[in-house]
This record gives sequence, C-alpha cells and structure tokens, in this order.
Amino acid sequence: MSGAPDSHMENGTSTRPPAPMSLLAELTHRCPLSCPYCSNPVELERKAQELGTEDWLRVLEEAAEMGVLQVHFSGGEPMARPDLYTLIAHAHKLNLYTNLITSGVLITPQTMKRLDESGLDHVQLSFQDTDGPEADRLSDFPKVQPRKLEAARLITQAGIPLTLNFVLQKANISRITDMFALARQLDAQRVEMAHTQYYGWALKNRAALLPSRRQLEEAARHVAAEEAKGGLAIDYVTPDYYADRPKPCMGGWGQRFLNISPSGHVLPCHAAETIPSLTFDNVRDHTLSHIWYHSRAFTLFRGTDWMPEPCASCSRKEIDWGGCRCQALALAGDATLTDPVCSLSPHRHLINEAIAEAETTDTQVFIYRRMGHQAS
Amino acid sequence: MPSSSRTPHVTLTEDDRPGFSRGYRLQHDRVREQWVIQAPERALLADPIAVAILQELDGQTRLSTVIDRLAERYEAPRGQIATDVLALLSDLTEKRILRP
Repeated sequence: MSGAPDSHMENGTSTRPPAPMSLLAELTHRCPLSCPYCSNPVELERKAQELGTEDWLRVLEEAAEMGVLQVHFSGGEPMARPDLYTLIAHAHKLNLYTNLITSGVLITPQTMKRLDESGLDHVQLSFQDTDGPEADRLSDFPKVQPRKLEAARLITQAGIPLTLNFVLQKANISRITDMFALARQLDAQRVEMAHTQYYGWALKNRAALLPSRRQLEEAARHVAAEEAKGGLAIDYVTPDYYADRPKPCMGGWGQRFLNISPSGHVLPCHAAETIPSLTFDNVRDHTLSHIWYHSRAFTLFRGTDWMPEPCASCSRKEIDWGGCRCQALALAGDATLTDPVCSLSPHRHLINEAIAEAETTDTQVFIYRRMGHQAS
Repeated sequence: MPSSSRTPHVTLTEDDRPGFSRGYRLQHDRVREQWVIQAPERALLADPIAVAILQELDGQTRLSTVIDRLAERYEAPRGQIATDVLALLSDLTEKRILRP
C-alpha cells in the first residue's frame, strides 16, 4: 500500500488497517536448550543488545493502548530475564492477557510462586518428546524431561491453566498418542501439536526433521480420534508442505500480530528478519503505533495490492493472504512471490523435492541452535 | 494427581454458583467496541446475551438469583431465561471456561 501516511486507500475507499490483537514479546534469545528447529533467527541477538526493563514497560503500555489483547512472553527462554515478573505484573495491571511460553527448566517452587503472584494467566510449556533420551538429544540438554514434568506439576498445582506444546517431526511423530496421554496425565487443558515450520534453524535441519506423508496421515488419524474423546483442547498445526494451499501466515501480514525481538525490532512475524530487503523499525526510536500503521516493513505486504499472479486474481487471496513471505524468499528466492507451497505456484516443485529428499534421508545429525553460528 | 481432564457432560442447576476459571475472564475491548472472553492463547467474541449473563457471575451468587435478576431486567419469561442461562453456562463449564 502506498500514498499519504494517513490514507490507506483500497478499492477507492479509505480504510485503516486493523489494530493488532496479539504481541509476541521475545525478551531474550538466551536459552539453556539448543533445539535444532528453534524459531529464533540463525543470527541470535546477544544480552548486551537486549531492551531494558523501562523500554519493555513502555512498549506494553503502547500495546494495550493500541488494542492488543494478549501478550505472549517468549524467547529464547523468557525466564532468563530477571525482570520477567515485573513485566508480567505490569501487563496484568494493563488488563493484557499474559501468557508465558517456556521450556520450564527454570521453573522452581520459588520462581513459580513469583509468576503466580505477578498475575500470570497461562503457561505454554514446551516438550521435545515423551521419550526422555530423545528429549535430551533434541534439546541437547541432559536429563531435561524430569525438569519439565516437575514444572508442569508446579504450574497446575498453582492453578494456572497449562498448554503443552510439542513440535512434531520425523523422530517423535510416531509417539503422538503418548503425547496426548501425557497431556491428560499432567492435567493440561490444551495441547498444541505443531508441525515444524521450516525457516531458519529448522530449514537447515529439514531433511532430518520433515516427516513422510504416511507418518503425517497416521498422526492426523490419531488427532481425530483424540478429539472425539473430548476433555482436551487440541490445537493441531498442519504441515504446510503437504497442503495444496498455503497457510494464511499470521492471519495476514500486519493484520493481527506483531513480534518484538530482544533488541526492540518490531516484526510482522518471527521469521521476517530473514528477508534481507526489509529493515525493521525499533521501539527505541518510534512508538509501536507508528511502526504498525506506517513503517515500510508493515505496509509493504499488508492487504492484497502487492500480490503477484497467481494470487492477484485468486478467489482465496483474502483467505491465504499469499501465504508466507519468508517461505517465498527462502525457497523461491523472492519474498514477493506466491508461497511455493501453493499448487498454483510455478515453484511448487521445490516443496516436492524437499519431501522426496527427506523421505530418502535417515540422517539424524542436527545442526544445533547456538549463539554465534555463522549463516551459511 | 486428580485426573480431571476428561470432563464429563456438565449440567448446571439453579443451585450452582459458577464463576470464571483462572485464565479466563470477560473483558471489554474498547478499541474494537466489543466484549471478549480472554482465554488461553485466544480471545472469544461474546454476544450481547452471553455478556449480560456472564457479567452476573461472581462465583458466589446462586444461578436462581441470576435468573431472577435477568428476567426482571429484560421483562422476559423466567422459564425461557432459565433455559438459556443453564444451557450457556453448562457448555462453558464443560469447556472449563467456568468452574461450577
């Protein structure tokens, strides 16, 4: 969308973009775990670059003022920030819904008490697997599973609703029924079964992670059977590689969601920094509202005016929103193209080739998430 | 640990005193001028009837009292109000949004 900053013209009528619903606050990239599918960028930000407490407090106020309803405190491991409790309490006071997305390894009776007292509304606790040694191998963290089980116990004991998050991949997808059983055993209200999204670290490890179509179909049957039992909310994130149409990434670029990196860059999605032609404004320099409504990074792919064919004439253009810009760049080499997942994309063969490569690869050697890793 | 995750079918009665479970609340979204139920990782849109009912809940007031109040305020048949209130709140309790 182009034109004067305050007149977003679409179909001849002036429309203001919607206000954001949800803020992902990535407080730090520091994390004790090294999962090879981490959604953080390959170029991790260091502690010295991180925003201070005062900046985050102001950003939370601006977010609430703009219409954000929920704040997801994430990382890295957000519990590595000693001011986490101050930030949660401030968000709570602003009537923002507070969600903690954590590995759980820093949850102790003492830290749990502080989270509870700061008014935390919900915890999303990640699990790598139900199998202990496999969880250690995935996270590259010794004896990780008992710590997560203890964290889950402390969370539910405090009465805070719990969602378990499993990232599904080739080596753990066969244990999906055990994952559901664990969620019920731990008294989780929800379980998020999220197929790996292939950007950054996960793209580097794709051949070792991407499940086969047969594995996927079996998992989908188990999901349907578990849903039929009731009593456990299941959020199943389907793998877009096996779909004919792309996912509506983030509900459309700059439509509902914003992400703030540890150093204060405001992103339309957590992978957006992979697009080298974009620069991202920082909350140290501008208000959140200015960045959301006026920055180039947010306006460039917002709406439908930017779309090429086959998106521009497609009846699904306001359903799929062209799919994922980062995926178009990572696979087809151009962020302005149709997501190659779409069967109408001239680049769909790239997805089919990746599926074939993963089917014939039994490599289980990962490139682990590390600080200072050089992009290749 | 109690295994309460398999919630059986819930039917509330007028003697129940439901309230919101931790992690759920009714909230006015002043930017979009609508009411939402804040819930784990989602916000559910609440219609005006649901809002009128949910605003009466505090975890202490009997539903018989809530129904009396709503019947009086909206000048509607008490039986109809009771049916609507119990159906809505039973459903929300089954979803663990409310605790009985």
